[in-house]
Amino acid sequence: MASWGRPEDSRLIGKRVQRLSGADKVTGKAKYTFDINRPGMLYGHILRSPVAHATITHIDLSEAESLPGVKAAIPLIEPGKRVRFEGQEIAAVAAITDDIAREALRFIQFDYDELDYVVEMEDAKEAGAPQIRDDWKGNQSETQVDERGDIEAGFAEAAVEVEATYHTPVQTHVCLETHGHVAEWEGDNLTVWASTQAVFGTRQNLAQHFELPENQVRVITEHMGGGFGSKFGPGVEGVAAAKLARQAGAPVKLMLTRKDEHLASGNRPSMTQKVRAGAAQDGRFVAYDMSGYGTGGIGSGADFTGPYVYHVPNYRTEKSAVAINAGSARAMRAPGHPQGAFAMDSLMDELAEQLGMDPLEFRRINSDSDPRRNKIRQAEYTLGAQEIGWHRRNRVSGSGTGPKKRGIGMGCGLWGGGGWAGTQARVTIHPSGVVEAVTGTQDIGTGIRTVIAIIVAEELGLRPEDITVKIGDTAPGLSAYGSGGSQTIGSVAPVIKTAAMAAKRKLFGHIAPLVEADPGNLRAVGGRIRSESDLRMSIPWKEATGYLGMETISEGGEWDENLRVGDTAGVQFAEVEVDTETGLVKVIKIVAIQDCGLVVNRLTTESQINGAVIMGLGYALLEERIMDDQTGKMINANLGDYKVPGAMDIPEIKSIAYDTDRKITGIGEPPTIPTAGAIANAVYNAIGVRIRELPITPDKVLNALG
Amino acid sequence: MENFAYVNAAEVEQVPSLLGDDWNETKIIAGGTDLLGELKEYIETPKKVVNLKSIPGLNEIKADAAGLTIGALVTLSDIAAHPTIQHHYTVLAEAAESVASPQIRNAGTLGGNLCQRPRCWYYRSPDIICLKKGGDTCYAVEGLNKYHAIFGGGPVYIVHPSDTAPALIALGATVKIVGPNGERAMPLEDFFVLPDVNPQRENVLEPNEVLTEVHVPQPKAGTKSTYLKVRERASFDFALSSVAAHFEMNGGTCSKASIVLGGVAPIPWRSKEAEAALNGKRITDAVAKQAGEAAVANAEPMTDNGYKVPLTRNIISRATMSLA
Repeated sequence: MASWGRPEDSRLIGKRVQRLSGADKVTGKAKYTFDINRPGMLYGHILRSPVAHATITHIDLSEAESLPGVKAAIPLIEPGKRVRFEGQEIAAVAAITDDIAREALRFIQFDYDELDYVVEMEDAKEAGAPQIRDDWKGNQSETQVDERGDIEAGFAEAAVEVEATYHTPVQTHVCLETHGHVAEWEGDNLTVWASTQAVFGTRQNLAQHFELPENQVRVITEHMGGGFGSKFGPGVEGVAAAKLARQAGAPVKLMLTRKDEHLASGNRPSMTQKVRAGAAQDGRFVAYDMSGYGTGGIGSGADFTGPYVYHVPNYRTEKSAVAINAGSARAMRAPGHPQGAFAMDSLMDELAEQLGMDPLEFRRINSDSDPRRNKIRQAEYTLGAQEIGWHRRNRVSGSGTGPKKRGIGMGCGLWGGGGWAGTQARVTIHPSGVVEAVTGTQDIGTGIRTVIAIIVAEELGLRPEDITVKIGDTAPGLSAYGSGGSQTIGSVAPVIKTAAMAAKRKLFGHIAPLVEADPGNLRAVGGRIRSESDLRMSIPWKEATGYLGMETISEGGEWDENLRVGDTAGVQFAEVEVDTETGLVKVIKIVAIQDCGLVVNRLTTESQINGAVIMGLGYALLEERIMDDQTGKMINANLGDYKVPGAMDIPEIKSIAYDTDRKITGIGEPPTIPTAGAIANAVYNAIGVRIRELPITPDKVLNALG
Repeated sequence: MENFAYVNAAEVEQVPSLLGDDWNETKIIAGGTDLLGELKEYIETPKKVVNLKSIPGLNEIKADAAGLTIGALVTLSDIAAHPTIQHHYTVLAEAAESVASPQIRNAGTLGGNLCQRPRCWYYRSPDIICLKKGGDTCYAVEGLNKYHAIFGGGPVYIVHPSDTAPALIALGATVKIVGPNGERAMPLEDFFVLPDVNPQRENVLEPNEVLTEVHVPQPKAGTKSTYLKVRERASFDFALSSVAAHFEMNGGTCSKASIVLGGVAPIPWRSKEAEAALNGKRITDAVAKQAGEAAVANAEPMTDNGYKVPLTRNIISRATMSLA
């Protein structure tokens, strides 16, 4: 049975290793899809619906096609079909320059009959609202009811009750690199450079669409600028790029604009939940009655968590999704969790206050129902309380003096992230000493490339930079899952580890007779192969591999259940300063403690936590898709009015990778879950007035303060 | 964006003839930080763009006993970093420093900052033909008006986005304008026009005129000034509300106050009420509070921007106390 060994034996695992692609990225040498240029390449753009709801009656591409420089034009919707949101695809063009392609969109003639639209959830639920989906009556999905225990008995036992409504907005992914592809045909073979978090998923989707065998489609993603759940397949734009390329007989680069990105490439659904909850005098959380809904635009998947993290024996929940005329939701970093966590952690503080109990103590009493996670969480509470200085919080919220008031709050999250079986990988040792690790995963930005190098280097006694890692390409045929659900490392690492072990075993077996050693006594350490039984036997790595002659060792790996673990617990604490005269919330410090299992690369693990906290901070204080009822449009579909945090908005972040296990867990998502709740609770602790709706902007704070 | 002819102006006097008399035909470019966005979004589709950067001498700051003369092409970062401006015209340096991001301040010019178009999200949406763009509706009236005007609105409810304009008005600046009939000069305060005068423009410029220079008189000894700006995003944002405060002080007494607000009205909004509450007064907490109260007494908030009333009141008081 494979294991990651003892911490004291690890040279690399758990240490801080610089990202292998770091220098390439900061110098611009790294090629993202946006940077790919092919000989004779054309530029594509997509014409999108300017209205929220209409029946398309006519599309005429001829004028656009006749523009000098335009090489291909295709419709993306048939006349007679409905567009159901502003930004839905109508047609696409490819031209010899990006500017001509953009300009050509204005020469596409299309007519439509406008239909009534609805862009607000409350309006969509009204009788007589325009129907958006044929499969939902009244624009609402079937209500999912979940019940445990005896809710009435729970409330009967409750000494205090809280009733509240919590709301979170639609958040868009804002990937730094927009969605896009470069598509190139060679006969019936299609090569696509894609900004994707799933090269194999994209390959399969394209192969199905063009009715090609999988091996005639190659998808390449050497580097990509963020996906966060929105880039699992080619989407309409990827298929359009390939169609345009085929029609034009030339490669086509089609990257979405920032506005396209906001309108049509996914988002985190909103949530509105009404909750009534009760706690017993001794601090037990005894009853939870919640009904809520969210909107994923025309899409589904607006579910959210609740009850969440904390144990409540008696509950009843009703959840549904509401359709509106807006772009569809897609998975977004811990789908459903940040919404639910914000509401749950706000509620926990409200209950604690009713009880006159310290909210941390109230959480300790009702903490996680999973025993393993609970043990970790209790330790995280203690550590986090120390790091933030929990004793400094206002005993009476809002009791600070002066116009700028400080407050401290906390929030929690949980996630899976243990990976699964099925990834294929090979580790190859060449006679020259070169070591290659190949698998079909892709680096969504988390640093899996470096992690693979660390694992192989640790096993072979080499340095991470000695390992050539080949990922983000379907051509070797070693398939891997899309990078989602924080599952990448848990899926990939065990297979890489066992492949490296197998390759090493084979190398030892090959050279042992030649150096007159027992293969069981050989060790790969510090760039050399040594014998434990014969101290004189120590040869450099390259000399050892030279014994391979014409042979190359290339070994696959097996997923090993025992090398990974799921179910993580995270806790965050926030200190804020609220300017009661301006309504501005300034985050002073976030302490983010994330249960990580075994940390492979501490540097990139902390980067993951930092990035997730920053995204959570944007969710808490700035970000919101704003739909305009008068026009049916997203009125802030740009990065001026849709505000993401910049350097000046980011506080001190104390990221603590809390490694409790010698098994690997992915943590790309979980550290974004607790942030908004922690900040909202800190705001309450500062000003003594609760804001139950994100983002917590100055207007809301000033209005709440009255 | 649509194709256009690009013309480098050789000298100021040449500009009016290059511009012509149709707003839609010709646009001026200097830093381009505002115009390029408008062109790319098809908010503006000129046939010709006239570049001012090719004109020598418009990018100089002159500071002498008469005051400060700043060419229209001086960048915001040069203003923010100028020692004399920092020491004697503090409100202007602080305002310039508060604009956007370092990259934009390095490219954006003073002339452009004064003449920039509104940030209203209806105006900036290419498919929405609002009153400002020649349509018949100001969508902010019935729509999403969180960032809109609480003073001077109607029939258009934009807010003027400039940070340097309130500061310069507080300092008593004048601007030089060159047109087909030569130069004219006017107080910057008179340069801006309310939408009930002209709903489609924010200032008095004719299509064939160009703002070339700003002059700021030397502040009297003992003058204090500051710019206080509140924005949602610290890294890069326009003002929810801002205040340029410039006080001529006589000991602890304010002999003459200038209070000009940004982000709350279609033009930089001088608060005569706040000034009256401060003039001749010793600056105390109570007086500062009265100034804030007086400034917002006649505010006319819309459905979503009522928060700007206490916000503006409070930052006037805060700016006042910071100069006490």
